Amino acid sequence: MRILRAIFSHGSGRIGGVIVGVYLVVAILGMLGLTPHNPITQFRVDRLHAPNGAYWMGTDLFGRDVASRLMAGIGQSFTVAFFSVAFATLAGTVLGLAAAWLGRRWDGIVMRIMDVLLAFPAILLALLIVTVAGPGTWTSIVAIGIVYTPIFTRVVRGPALSLKAREFVDAARTFGSSSSYIVTRHLLLNLVAPLTVQVTLALAWSLLTEAGLSFLGLGTQPPAASLGLMLSDSRNLMETAPWLMIFPGLAIMISILGFNLLGDALRDILDPKMRRAPA
Amino acid sequence: MNYLMRRLATFPLVLLGVSILVFVAIRMVPGDSITAMLGTEAGLLTPAQRDSLAAYFGIDQPWFVQYWRWIGGILHGNLGISVTYGRPVLDVILERFPLTLELAVLSMIIALAVGMPAGIFAATHNEKLSDLGVRIVAMIGQSTPSFVLGLLIIYTLSAGFGVLPAMGEFAPLWQDPLRNLSQLILPAITLGFAFAASVTRISRSAMLDVLSDDYVRTARSKGASARSVIWRHALPNALIPVVTLSGIEFGYLLGGAVIVEQIYALPGLGRMVLDAILQRDYALVQGSVLFIAFNFMIVNLLVDLAYVALDPRIRLGES
Repeated sequence: MRILRAIFSHGSGRIGGVIVGVYLVVAILGMLGLTPHNPITQFRVDRLHAPNGAYWMGTDLFGRDVASRLMAGIGQSFTVAFFSVAFATLAGTVLGLAAAWLGRRWDGIVMRIMDVLLAFPAILLALLIVTVAGPGTWTSIVAIGIVYTPIFTRVVRGPALSLKAREFVDAARTFGSSSSYIVTRHLLLNLVAPLTVQVTLALAWSLLTEAGLSFLGLGTQPPAASLGLMLSDSRNLMETAPWLMIFPGLAIMISILGFNLLGDALRDILDPKMRRAPA
Repeated sequence: MNYLMRRLATFPLVLLGVSILVFVAIRMVPGDSITAMLGTEAGLLTPAQRDSLAAYFGIDQPWFVQYWRWIGGILHGNLGISVTYGRPVLDVILERFPLTLELAVLSMIIALAVGMPAGIFAATHNEKLSDLGVRIVAMIGQSTPSFVLGLLIIYTLSAGFGVLPAMGEFAPLWQDPLRNLSQLILPAITLGFAFAASVTRISRSAMLDVLSDDYVRTARSKGASARSVIWRHALPNALIPVVTLSGIEFGYLLGGAVIVEQIYALPGLGRMVLDAILQRDYALVQGSVLFIAFNFMIVNLLVDLAYVALDPRIRLGES
């Protein structure tokens, strides 16, 4: 509750919070199928119709309602983004804590594996994984999750290492606390703040990567709607039906903007070191 | 020096990891490269022809023999033969690399030329309306995916001015510099826009950080002009985060910008890797991923060395 109040009293937090909130509602409506029209129904007589009262954002080449597809697409993109970031957060936190707590050899092994993953450009690594497993929603989730795991591992390991050397950890050990208790109670709880900021920013990257994969035809498969796919389909019709490009383009941009604004605000609020110079 | 040696010593280890990962991954892609290369015509091959093709490309051997041969070849500067191009992998990569390098350099020039002045301007006008304006534009820039911007640029040009970006046969820089630039400027702007936004944000916050430091206040109180405070005293220290960010971003761009190359139909490294993955061109995927990872590591190392040049207080390798 306190954090919500803090977000809403922060300039960019307020804007980011509202954007993300609106998108969440739209995503849920899209996933539940509560769209103005069925997103895959083809209204053949109304092909490539410009936006009007019946089709708020026009129709595409097959006569499908763009607004409904946009809502379904936002639902799809958000599903992939949330699950992939959950995957990366969980995997990265476990690996980062293990590396920091077990130290020495384990630290070396885990961090070298992360170096290997980081040496791949994000989109190429995701592409490779998707080609191996075949395109689809779950593949996108796992691929994007793996791509962002090293970042979470690093975000967790650094602070966990310095927390491990702090007196209260020594004290807990002296009192006979078990390793798992110290790691979950003393380390993990102190990492919630940096993790929250990272999760918000990772949601923005994840939306971007999902849209990129779908744009290349390796994410969500037609006839299901996804923002990247809609944008890719719009390329050949750009001049006759610009609405096919403008609405999905804006939808992707504003969603990423929302998470970036929210992430920035959270960093200001949760990370006292950054407060000196808000960007 | 010690640090440099230790960093260089980790290179083979990470590259070995990358090589194993990509070797295993590309072999897990369903389908085989000969069918992918020949399409439906692969069905016309006799078993003997298929076997001899497989032997020619070395894909008839067990995987560990293939891996061993590949690694052995790399040590002799031989990355294997590309199934799709029928030529040595290194030749194919080196043919595509100049475009990718040029695109990365151009994007970085745009990003630094726009981002740094904008960031410094915003920092020196902190909390004023102009600062807010710069911050809003930077935030929007950072949130605009390259493919959205790329399509918007193409749309604006074609719908507003009736022109299309220069596509067609790509002209290398040394053959036709003007045509080359006309082909690369829009992709570079597309990539440079978000990059510039990041540079703006980081240089603004780094500058603000430095401007509130004691030594800057001392310089001011001793009567140094505002210009000299910013350029002589503050900027060198504010450069460190900018160098880090630009270095990492540049390293990623050297891996090829798959989507932007796709939109502008540019024959760069990114599209080549995408096609190679889709074609199951094992040797080409392996070779190019290794090449990209190596470049990325070199750039990261250079960034670390640049810290030392910018801030003599930093001693690398000491924690």
